[in-house]
Amino acid sequence: MKKVLTLSVAVTALGLSTVIGFADADDDNLVINDELEMITETAAPAHMEWIDTIYSGWRFRTDETQALQIDDFDNPAMLTVDVALDAFSKVDGSEGKSCASCHAGPEEFAGLTASMPKVIDGKLVVMEDLINGHRAEVMGAEPLKWSGQEMQGMVALIGLQSRGMPVDVAIDGEAAPFWEQGKEIYYTRYGQLELSCASCHEDNYGNMIRADHLSQGQINGFPTYRLKQARLISKHNRFRGCIRDTRAETFAEGSDEFRALELYVQSRGNGLSVETPAVRQ
Amino acid sequence: MADGVKPRVKVPKTAAAGEAVTIKTLISHKMESGQRKDGDGNIIPRSIINRFVVDFNGQNVLDVTIEPAISTNPYFEFEAKVPESGEFTFTWYDDDGSVYETSKSITVS
Repeated sequence: MKKVLTLSVAVTALGLSTVIGFADADDDNLVINDELEMITETAAPAHMEWIDTIYSGWRFRTDETQALQIDDFDNPAMLTVDVALDAFSKVDGSEGKSCASCHAGPEEFAGLTASMPKVIDGKLVVMEDLINGHRAEVMGAEPLKWSGQEMQGMVALIGLQSRGMPVDVAIDGEAAPFWEQGKEIYYTRYGQLELSCASCHEDNYGNMIRADHLSQGQINGFPTYRLKQARLISKHNRFRGCIRDTRAETFAEGSDEFRALELYVQSRGNGLSVETPAVRQ
Repeated sequence: MADGVKPRVKVPKTAAAGEAVTIKTLISHKMESGQRKDGDGNIIPRSIINRFVVDFNGQNVLDVTIEPAISTNPYFEFEAKVPESGEFTFTWYDDDGSVYETSKSITVS
């Protein structure tokens, strides 16, 4: 009798701690393919005034979703990355060239994603710009659609080369005005619901917004395979989705506003590992 | 051969004798069911992988008949007892007659 009693008390205690644990990021460690250790929690960069510790969105997801990112074989994004790897050496456009005509292989881009977006010739440039820019100037090929799977597969393939490296984008010098613009957007309340990015992802991360467990809105895992949409999702697509949900008119994918926001949000993840391509709910 | 078909297999490199190892397989394939219609109302012809076979050192391990209800990129995960070192061969049969094969060896210590 006593044994049964003890057991039921233990179960209650366990249930309680699970509920409490759910309120914040969990304590799981992300090690990919049993070898690549990822930083999913670290001290916030100096420019962040209201947050001490930054967490990868992976830490806010359920165990089942987390498991999909632990093994590349289970990560559905890798199918799109494989397609992009084939496209890397496929000739396209009027010049008869492929990516592989100039670049030895995707490995050449190790570290690039960790430092993007960056300012080149006075313009803030994101990965999609680099890809479409080279397609137009070098290959004479049609631009890829911003959030299409060909584009995001290529962004993910390049990002994969930096996986495990800490995000480290520059926010000073030439980047400063863009960064300020991005910060302004981050803290501006949009839409009929009057929500800013910070309303959810800074003031309320760890809480539930209806059925959704709010993360800090980090973008270190983008492009991300979203189970809800069953495909790779671009950063700008997610920005647009969030602003749309505030019932606002949104900025367009590939707009200067979203470039600036991308720089600012990426800088909030300085120190976290690049997780591209991540898997989320 | 349908477009973009690529078999992927994950087998542990080593195992203990008689140990049940987990094997994961996936083949990227559109798996068109034959039930759908295109914009003009014409039926899109069926194009699926209809059979999946796994052998170990010539001995059959798994033989699956796949029907049109199986979704895109069919994924099979199963456990197999490995008595000795050897080679797993995986074979997928396409509706159009194509056969996709891959193999992986495992060392039993």
